[in-house]
Amino acid sequence: MNESPVLVPGARRRAFDVRSAAVTAVLPVVIAALLVVALAVGEYPLTVLDVLGALMGTTDGLAPTVVLDWRLPRAAAAVAFGAALGVAGAIFQTVARNPLASPDVIGLAHGSFTGMIVALLFLGGSWPLLIGGSLLGGVVTALAVAVLTARDGFQSFRFIVIGIGVSAMLAAVNSWLLLRAELETALFAAAWGAGSLNTVSADTAWPAIVCIAVLLLAVPVVSRSMRQLELGDDVARSTGVSVGRVRIVLIGIAVALVSVVTAIAGPVAFIALSAPQIARRLVGSAGIPLVASALTGGMLLLGADIVAQHVIPLTVPVGVVTVVVGGGYLVWLLAREMRRAS
Amino acid sequence: MALALMLSVLIGSNPVPPGQLWQAIAGGGSDEARYIVWSQRLPRTFAAVVVGIALAVSGALVQAYTRNPLADPGILGVNAGAALFVAIGVAFLGITTSTGYVWLACAGALVVTVVVYALAAPARGAADPLRLTLSGVAIGAVLSGLTTGISLTNPDAFDRMRGWNAGSLLERGFDVSLPVLPIIGIGLVLAAAVAPSLNSVALGADVARSQGVNVARTNALVVLSMTLLAGGATAIAGPIGFVGLMIPHIARWLLGVDQRRILAGSLVLGPVLVLLADVVGRVAIVPSEMPAGIVTAFVGAPVLIALVRRRKATAL
Repeated sequence: MNESPVLVPGARRRAFDVRSAAVTAVLPVVIAALLVVALAVGEYPLTVLDVLGALMGTTDGLAPTVVLDWRLPRAAAAVAFGAALGVAGAIFQTVARNPLASPDVIGLAHGSFTGMIVALLFLGGSWPLLIGGSLLGGVVTALAVAVLTARDGFQSFRFIVIGIGVSAMLAAVNSWLLLRAELETALFAAAWGAGSLNTVSADTAWPAIVCIAVLLLAVPVVSRSMRQLELGDDVARSTGVSVGRVRIVLIGIAVALVSVVTAIAGPVAFIALSAPQIARRLVGSAGIPLVASALTGGMLLLGADIVAQHVIPLTVPVGVVTVVVGGGYLVWLLAREMRRAS
Repeated sequence: MALALMLSVLIGSNPVPPGQLWQAIAGGGSDEARYIVWSQRLPRTFAAVVVGIALAVSGALVQAYTRNPLADPGILGVNAGAALFVAIGVAFLGITTSTGYVWLACAGALVVTVVVYALAAPARGAADPLRLTLSGVAIGAVLSGLTTGISLTNPDAFDRMRGWNAGSLLERGFDVSLPVLPIIGIGLVLAAAVAPSLNSVALGADVARSQGVNVARTNALVVLSMTLLAGGATAIAGPIGFVGLMIPHIARWLLGVDQRRILAGSLVLGPVLVLLADVVGRVAIVPSEMPAGIVTAFVGAPVLIALVRRRKATAL
């Protein structure tokens, strides 16, 4: 994907390109290293050589089963889901020109969760139903926000306020449904609602990863227009961008990405919000870099899942880890900036 | 407000005819009516009024102060702090009474706001509102993650937290609301004290300074007042959303942009909303009850959306 900073002014442009290239080269290495860790660690520990052997088909015994059938779907899903969330967050934040505009904030997560709980409580709750319910919930929520927002053109402020409003309503519905459910059902739903990869299996992971890959392919096509949206509607329009259409396509892609992830893993908090911001700081750019956001998201979610599975004594959903780590990162960042300021 | 008060005392799963109400308050009437009115309706109505006032005023303060029309007390981490302390209390200390929750929630709200403020304030000078909002959101997220972690690994805590989290006034007797009253009282006094300088602060720190306002002191007082109010309200009823966010907007819409008027309007409108939400919750799905916090979200969100859609979106 070409990260040419079209029309981005400023003297740091050349440094930006070098740094951007370096970041996009280093992040995949980190992800690969994390992947090896994720595939090696567990109740049946493996050496790095076992893992690599299993991946290349040169070892026999239990290792290939453990690596390929048990651990790889989950680890690969973590990377793909993280990347999807990172890109979706980058799109939302660019389109709304607001670092708070993430799918979490505008209610997609809560909408998916509502769909999932309804499927679980009233329709029996087989996996296809749960996934369908959550997809439907997310998409309907996105449409509702879009319909409510669309009036005399797009206003970022209105978009976010309406998103927050819809989101709060759905959150109320969710806590109400959970309150009325049997304790065990509610616990299961809440674990999913916190964002969990525990239920990811080969059956659900691979189709979702394929969906995400296809959606991500569409991003480079619109990325150039997206760079120009960053400069404001008027500038973008004057350079020949069809602002309204680009925005709808972009948001559509972002919603689809988030919905696929949420359907399988639940609303994993904070990746979509923080990955683009972290990526922007790593790259040192003015706008939000798409490739770096995807890589950062993948790295964050995989790392968080390793922590959730193996580092914490209790098994917690990965969403708990991403919230704590993502929030902790923001806190640290603020503290550091404060020190520099004073 | 009088109407809302009346409804709150009269309506419920055991309706009291208006005629018997006065007798019961005066000490007469049937034993049953007296019991219902004195031990259930009046305490609950009282709690609703206190919670409504506290939430709405703290919402007005935080919106004026952060110059963010979307801010509500929850944004500074108050709810998250209260929830974490309640979760810890339930999971590790075995606390299960409403009175126990009150102190935990208050302590949580206060501790978290101090941390948020310390993080946002430089070595000297006042905390920048934007930074305060950011650190509130960040710390709030961390804490709610921890709360989720605790409650998911402890089914008993989960069961209690899902009730507390919905924000309810059910069985909030005087024993729950009276201990918190001084806290909320101090908060209100502080709010009244800073109200005159809020207009200047709303225009930005530089303007305020040029008008002779001590910005650092105003900031500190606003944050303290906001915490006491929101913490106290959360302690009584759990997190009730949307009152702090919505009421100041309605007050501004009805009464204009003067912060003193907005504060005064919030003082009256807040209890009305909470009372009505509580009443609606009692009758919406008879025979069970819907927690007030869920009703406020249902009423509040559409109002907020309508406001944003109808009027030109303006920041404060």
